[in-house]
Amino acid sequence: MKEILTDDVGKTLFLLGNEAIARGALEAGLDLAASYPGTPSSEIGNTLADISREAGFYFEYSTNEKVATEVAIAAAVSGLRTMTFMKHVGLNVAADPFMTSAYTGVKGGFVLVTADDPSCHSSQNEQDNRHYARLANIPVFEPSTPDEARGMTRTAFDTSEELELPIMLRTTTRVSHMRGPVNTFNLGKRRGKGRFIKDLSRFITMPPVARKRHAWQLEQMEKAEAMAEGSEFNRTLDLGGSETGFVGSGAAVNYGLDVIKSAGIKCRMLKLGMSHPVPSELCRTFMESVDKVVVLEELEPFLETRLRSIAYENGIDVEIIGKLTGHFSRLHEYTPDTIKNGLGGLLGIEFPDNSLSPRSIPIPGRPPVLCPGCPHRHVYYAVKKVLKDNFDDAIFATDIGCYTLGIQPPLNAADFLLCMGSSVDAAGGFSQATDQTIMAFIGDSTFFHSGIHGLISAVYNGHRFVCTILDNRTTAMTGHQPNPGMGVDGMGNEAPEISIDKLVEACGVGHVRNVDPNDLSATINAYNEALAHEGVAVIIAVRPCALLEVRGKKSKGTFRTYWIDQEKCKKCGKCMNDLGCPAILADSEGNVSIKREHCLGCGYCVQVCPFDAILQEGST
Amino acid sequence: MNGEPRLRIIVVGIGGQGVVFASKVIGEAALQAGLNVVISEVHGMAQRGGIVTSQICIGDIHGPLIADGEADLILAFEPVEAYRIINKANKDTIIIANSEQTKPLSASFGEVEYPDSDMVMQAINEVTENLLVIDGSSIAAEFTSHVVMNSVLLGALAGTGRLPLDPESLRAHLLKRVPSKTADMNAKAFDAGMKAVQ
Repeated sequence: MKEILTDDVGKTLFLLGNEAIARGALEAGLDLAASYPGTPSSEIGNTLADISREAGFYFEYSTNEKVATEVAIAAAVSGLRTMTFMKHVGLNVAADPFMTSAYTGVKGGFVLVTADDPSCHSSQNEQDNRHYARLANIPVFEPSTPDEARGMTRTAFDTSEELELPIMLRTTTRVSHMRGPVNTFNLGKRRGKGRFIKDLSRFITMPPVARKRHAWQLEQMEKAEAMAEGSEFNRTLDLGGSETGFVGSGAAVNYGLDVIKSAGIKCRMLKLGMSHPVPSELCRTFMESVDKVVVLEELEPFLETRLRSIAYENGIDVEIIGKLTGHFSRLHEYTPDTIKNGLGGLLGIEFPDNSLSPRSIPIPGRPPVLCPGCPHRHVYYAVKKVLKDNFDDAIFATDIGCYTLGIQPPLNAADFLLCMGSSVDAAGGFSQATDQTIMAFIGDSTFFHSGIHGLISAVYNGHRFVCTILDNRTTAMTGHQPNPGMGVDGMGNEAPEISIDKLVEACGVGHVRNVDPNDLSATINAYNEALAHEGVAVIIAVRPCALLEVRGKKSKGTFRTYWIDQEKCKKCGKCMNDLGCPAILADSEGNVSIKREHCLGCGYCVQVCPFDAILQEGST
Repeated sequence: MNGEPRLRIIVVGIGGQGVVFASKVIGEAALQAGLNVVISEVHGMAQRGGIVTSQICIGDIHGPLIADGEADLILAFEPVEAYRIINKANKDTIIIANSEQTKPLSASFGEVEYPDSDMVMQAINEVTENLLVIDGSSIAAEFTSHVVMNSVLLGALAGTGRLPLDPESLRAHLLKRVPSKTADMNAKAFDAGMKAVQ
């Protein structure tokens, strides 16, 4: 049995925040979960996918977050306990059903987890999704630790059922990816099958229904605030003083407590775990009990603005210090240093800096790059060769996935990116607005997620570009989750393999070609043809992710690395400078060699070397 | 868990070197010893050849991030990455650094040259007496493999005597996690690491 499924109560597991959310859902009796992977939420799905068959609940990777949300809501209105989880920008995709689900409400508990990413560790923006909860007007739980993530997930299901409202569980990267001790409670009992009971005055959101449900929804949120007043997750900590009060939520509270303890600050803290609706009575009495309030929260001044209005409404004479006073930033994730900088001088405390500062040596950055052997690199290399002098003028509309890393030199194959699916959609706009050559790049999973609509629209509207579907037979960036093109589903069962070729053809694309990106000359031919085509041309570059391919080769015993024969090598540097494979490096004398421990044995560089100096291991 | 000793450890390296693995071993051993542990791990995009940092906080600590100058131990899988994160150290911090370099691709195409290992180690040495350099390439040659580097560095960490743990317990947790056929090799590597700092 997998450890996370343990029946033992009171056992300590050492879990990531995301794994703890999965455990909390099991303790709540999860019946169904649906998701599309996205960092920093992906490990929730990885964990549930791994145990779904053993534990007996249903799990699916849906084609995108909107689909996942609707699958989970439908199951919840049928009386089951359901969950969906996504990265923060995933909620942009799911926003439509999310907003109106607050009107229909649910019957079984429904929890939507959003993992926000302050500092954009793996994301295109740092939006604060608590604003979405305010927009839809539903309750929010914000854990600070893995153990709280477990407890709040479990409680969120009960709260959802009691209020019949969707509940948002909001983490940030540092909570999702924080490992810590988690105490187990008993596993919940699953309901198995639900039953949908028709109710046209609730589940068909025609205007007269929607108008009534909006009023119901506001009533429910009044009840939610009463629950927040008494929630075990909203509590006041006595830290030895009553002059200064801290109010905070999420990861920021952790650093606050650490700085308070190490600096010996005497204070009180109101920790808000159920942070929307903000419990105004609790906040009022807390603010009345102190002289000043320091607000600790990442990103937007969500609590701070509410605290200010509560203070104003109740005529409380208290100084509120936060982002709106300029002491703390709305940017990036918090660290203990953020708290120190914000408090420095404020409470009469100085924080000495005793960090080492050696003399300055310029060091290059280490941005993430495409792996050695990555087929995406081979596509970009071929395209660059085909476009020749036109390369700099051509527009590379890229998408969300590993292939975004084509932005790094020497490939420089990324010029425009907004979100999932933006490559194909934006290529249409560029084709209408400019006479430049337009190349769109999108991965297989991203194509299923949100590339298809753009392709239909582009054909329908007569746009002109070459769209490459980089089909590496997996969802690589988030950790190799399955997608509809792979013939396997989220629980590991055999599934119908949805054909990208047929989909593209059915979209009406006039020129569709399959190519193996590891075959340089075939790829060059394919792009020459595609560029000659008027209208939308699609190239499907099929080659499994190098990390998966190497695993297969190693298990079959066919894995061989490559090496450079120094006698044949003319030190032209073509393999290194044009291809940019991280396994190929030069020493200070300009001798180019392949680092054996990094080479994944794709052998592509053999096609790039003009002097036949690159050889497979074991050959001479 | 008030009154517990507090210990803050940074493990830093490059995607694929086993930073997350090493930090998990340390964390599990500390948890087993009855201590509170929180770790921040890096998952996702940065793992593709980028910098991977794990911060491990043991004892009465809530957050898994370490303030500037507050790390007690730094375990660096790569010399330039030790230098990059040196602001987390103070003069009492023990810094264990593998001297074997992994040159980033950006050094081939950017304007900044990749400094050699001696230069960055010397710069660190000028401001602290607590830098311990592990000669990774000679150890890899001895074991004819790079995969043991992780175990060597964990051994070195145990060898500092600064962990609130029995070195034997860290060793046992490591060996529990490695593939059984490599257990002997990793045990030897751990011992070599321990010896290297004593």
